[in-house]
Amino acid sequence: MSIWEYANPKKFMQTSAWLLPWVTGLALACLVAGLIWGFFFTPDDFRQGSTVKIIYLHVPAAMMAINAWVMMLITSLIWLVRRHHVSALAAKAAAPVGLTFTVIALLTGAFWGQPMWGTWWAWDPRLTSFLILTLFYLGYIALWQAIEDPDTAADLTAVLCLVGSVFALLSRYAVLFWNQGLHQGASLSLDKEENVADVFWFPLLVCIAGFVLLFVALVLMRTRTEIRARRVQALLARERLA
Amino acid sequence: MDLSVSGLAVARGGIAVLEGVRFRLMAGRALVLRGPNGIGKTTLLRTLAGLQPPLAGEMSMPAESLAYAAHADGLKAVLTVAENLAFWAAVNGTATAEAAMTAMNLQELRDRRAAHLSAGQKRRLGLARVLVTGRPIWVLDEPTVSLDAASVALFAGVVRAHLAAGGSALMATHIDLGLAEAEVLDLTPFKARAPVAGGRMGAFDEAFG
Amino acid sequence: MWALLIRDLRLAVRAGGGFGLGLAFFLLVAVLVPLGVGPEGDVLGRIAPGILWVGALLACLLSLDRIFALDFEDGSLDLLTTSPIPLEGVVAVKALAHWVVTGLPLTLAAPVLGVLLNLPVGGYGWLVLSLLLGTPALSVIGAFGAALVVGVKRGGLLLSLLVLPLYVPTLIFGAEVVSRGAAGQAASVPLLLLAGITLGAAALLPFAAAAAIRINLR
Repeated sequence: MSIWEYANPKKFMQTSAWLLPWVTGLALACLVAGLIWGFFFTPDDFRQGSTVKIIYLHVPAAMMAINAWVMMLITSLIWLVRRHHVSALAAKAAAPVGLTFTVIALLTGAFWGQPMWGTWWAWDPRLTSFLILTLFYLGYIALWQAIEDPDTAADLTAVLCLVGSVFALLSRYAVLFWNQGLHQGASLSLDKEENVADVFWFPLLVCIAGFVLLFVALVLMRTRTEIRARRVQALLARERLA
Repeated sequence: MDLSVSGLAVARGGIAVLEGVRFRLMAGRALVLRGPNGIGKTTLLRTLAGLQPPLAGEMSMPAESLAYAAHADGLKAVLTVAENLAFWAAVNGTATAEAAMTAMNLQELRDRRAAHLSAGQKRRLGLARVLVTGRPIWVLDEPTVSLDAASVALFAGVVRAHLAAGGSALMATHIDLGLAEAEVLDLTPFKARAPVAGGRMGAFDEAFG
Repeated sequence: MWALLIRDLRLAVRAGGGFGLGLAFFLLVAVLVPLGVGPEGDVLGRIAPGILWVGALLACLLSLDRIFALDFEDGSLDLLTTSPIPLEGVVAVKALAHWVVTGLPLTLAAPVLGVLLNLPVGGYGWLVLSLLLGTPALSVIGAFGAALVVGVKRGGLLLSLLVLPLYVPTLIFGAEVVSRGAAGQAASVPLLLLAGITLGAAALLPFAAAAAIRINLR
């Protein structure tokens, strides 16, 4: 059986209906466990005190903000190449979720930055890149909203996603060139020296798993809604014709 | 130089409007498409012109042989008649702007800006644009709208000359063109059946059946 | 293609507003910023590169929606699509015409506005050079955005929302060239990166824009 069979809307609805409660439940379990573990059962950082604990929201949200865009890029490509409507609708469904994660990353970053750097906002490369990513999400969502014909909208947003990805990457390097910044290095690099200590690391992993599952659950839910909306449109169109 | 179509289905807004359309237009012949409003004449012509993909079926014609003219004439209001035509002649790589102006009786208006033309004069200019493409198969959507009787006759003469020179013409219209030799194809029998009756919908909506 | 360029330029001249509006807007930015920031020469001189680049970028944005919208409304775009000219070529030529009508005049006017903003002497050459190299990218990227929204009624605001994020790298490198040049530092690295963006955009984006137009015409 080919993986593309899941691109059939009916098959997708069946599979996702079965999958959704499990993913949602697992996401909630991971988030509750990871956040409680992180917030109440880890020691304070010797330099940053208890402010460090916002890491359990900030890092996973920031990761998913980027991953959501990557997922939109892949599903857009699938739509352009193979014309599977579920793929286009999944990209549409993921955009507001990705935007929300980006805003969460920016807000939690501000709350973290205030006590650490003494400022809510700095034009640091990472912060700036995320702000620009927000603009890309907004443009993408606005284009979906503006175009009436669903297939035209799917095509145009897919083209925008492709071109936008290239420019988002360019912006990232341009911003690095523009300002070196004060954001700390990657918290999860494989380099032991830079990495956070194991006590913070394991609850963080659980939180990341929770955010990934939450993203999957939200996208599944929203894609199902989009498919139902399209089905309603199709039925209405039929009624007009009949 | 034949245009032939078989089993063609076309969609407007994702919903099939015509299906199973078949005809063959040979060099030197004219074909008039008829049918009630909304049957899909414009959609069919746009599909033939390559502006939208067909839902199903075959179309065959020589490459770059089609001259398409729609409701909108593509005229620039601030350019003169001669400039408008010279532009389209240059785009198509032909040097027939003068001849086209003479044929459509536009020589007197040549230095007038398109903004100052009447609706009928604009239409004549739009048809002159078809002449300067130098392409053999004309695909015209309501070519005689807003033309007076004399201009319709003028147009019929131009089409006849085109047919005599080995060209062909496919026209969608409700108005009698005075072209007695043109064959007529009524599109009503090709109307896409309602989907409940087993016809086809747009590809997506079908997947939701 | 040559005929299309001539026609677009002729339309811009006859319809008016092509050359004038963008330039007037650019002038207004250069007048309003000192009024808002204050007359201190050293402050103005330091922000002048950025202000001039942002002003040029916004002035460019003003006329973007006309690149394809007018041709879409009067049916020319349908006819151009069915003409022997490849649509990618149409996009490239129309972007070029847009640059001649907006980018080029902005580049030529920029040094005058640099005086108003107290741009340091060393920056003028870099300003003209960076705008000369960078504004074509603004036109090509803008043409892509215009192609996306060509079917949308009153798509002007949406167009800004789509195009401005795409302008980020061009703006950063362009303004960086001028501020480094004005400060007497080496500016060749951002200049080369700016040229790279322009060349890359001019080479690739016409294909994406042509695809978007074909989708919109369906």
